[in-house]
Amino acid sequence: MSLRSPLGRVLGLGTAKDGTSHWWGQRVSGAALAILGLWFAVAIAGMPGYAHADAAAFIGEPLHAVLLMLLTVTMAYHSYLGVQVVIEDYVHGHGLKIASLVLSRFAHVFLAVVGLYAILRLGIGA
Amino acid sequence: MAEFRLPKNSRITRGKHFDAANGSGNTRTFAVYRYDPSTGENPRVDTYELDMDSCGPMVLDALIKIKNEIDPTLTFRRSCREGICGSCAMNIDGGNTLACTRANDEVSGDVKIYPLPHMPVVKDLVTDLTNFYAQYASIKPWLQARTPPPPDSERLQSKEDQELINEPSACILCACCSTSCPSYWWNSDRYLGPAALLAAYRWLVDTRDEATGERLDELEDPFRLYRCHTIMNCTQTCPKNLNPALAIAETKKMLAARKY
Repeated sequence: MSLRSPLGRVLGLGTAKDGTSHWWGQRVSGAALAILGLWFAVAIAGMPGYAHADAAAFIGEPLHAVLLMLLTVTMAYHSYLGVQVVIEDYVHGHGLKIASLVLSRFAHVFLAVVGLYAILRLGIGA
Repeated sequence: MAEFRLPKNSRITRGKHFDAANGSGNTRTFAVYRYDPSTGENPRVDTYELDMDSCGPMVLDALIKIKNEIDPTLTFRRSCREGICGSCAMNIDGGNTLACTRANDEVSGDVKIYPLPHMPVVKDLVTDLTNFYAQYASIKPWLQARTPPPPDSERLQSKEDQELINEPSACILCACCSTSCPSYWWNSDRYLGPAALLAAYRWLVDTRDEATGERLDELEDPFRLYRCHTIMNCTQTCPKNLNPALAIAETKKMLAARKY
């Protein structure tokens, strides 16, 4: 039991003076994804086929490769921000929360790099 | 982790039934949450069948009738019975509202009455609002200015200036909004909740106040302010028809405006 005053508990460790860049980043990356996502859907629908050779030809176009890489990075960034919020909302044990946040960051960077590598490999040709 | 089930000692059991219809053809059933910490028993839901010909129109009238005529142990807060004190805030028919301004006729079927959600229950419909009031106190809900007031008059506001605070200052701190907010349920220890944030906004837009920057500093925090995910239960449930969700959105815009 703590005899700390209710106001003392509410004030806690004080404000983090942070959160605005996270909020803004989520909105800006969301707007970017709306544009990139639309392009992606239209471009995929317009492909002549979905065999390996079709994909290689599609990504071989420099503009396609650049837009795909942008989509991959933006999606990973936006998803990381979103998952961070979910973890902060629902995971309450301090150790478990920090571990989840670090693990989520690793996973998102890993997936983004895998995506970029795949695009480069197909686009430049291996 | 977040709790998705009530703790074992909070799970609700079936309670007693009281038939007070007195042979009347015009009856209504009221299902009321009951909890008495001194008994060590789980909370239960008692049902009361009331003669509506001898009952006032509001849910609060029914609760007072039950307490006066059937069961004097039923415990609830009430005072003004006209929607200005905020005491009788509770969960009626699945939504948070004031018992004194919700008519029995607005509810279809049995009238289900529970305490405000996800709050510690003191007894029956009375919840512990200590943390809620401390959060209100934490936003410094008073005028802060370095300019001294004119020696011979009040601090003046134009009509337009007053209109900015007209609606947010009509909040009666009944806690309906904060206790309807899922973000507040999971993180009320760190998230200030819509009521305290609406109060903070009321001072942010007060043209006589000179602590806007300091107030924004105190709010800029991933938990205090940004736990709001615009779920908007607050605005939907507010018995005074205020808009805490809009006030929070405007506060976020003010923080963005001073940064970018």
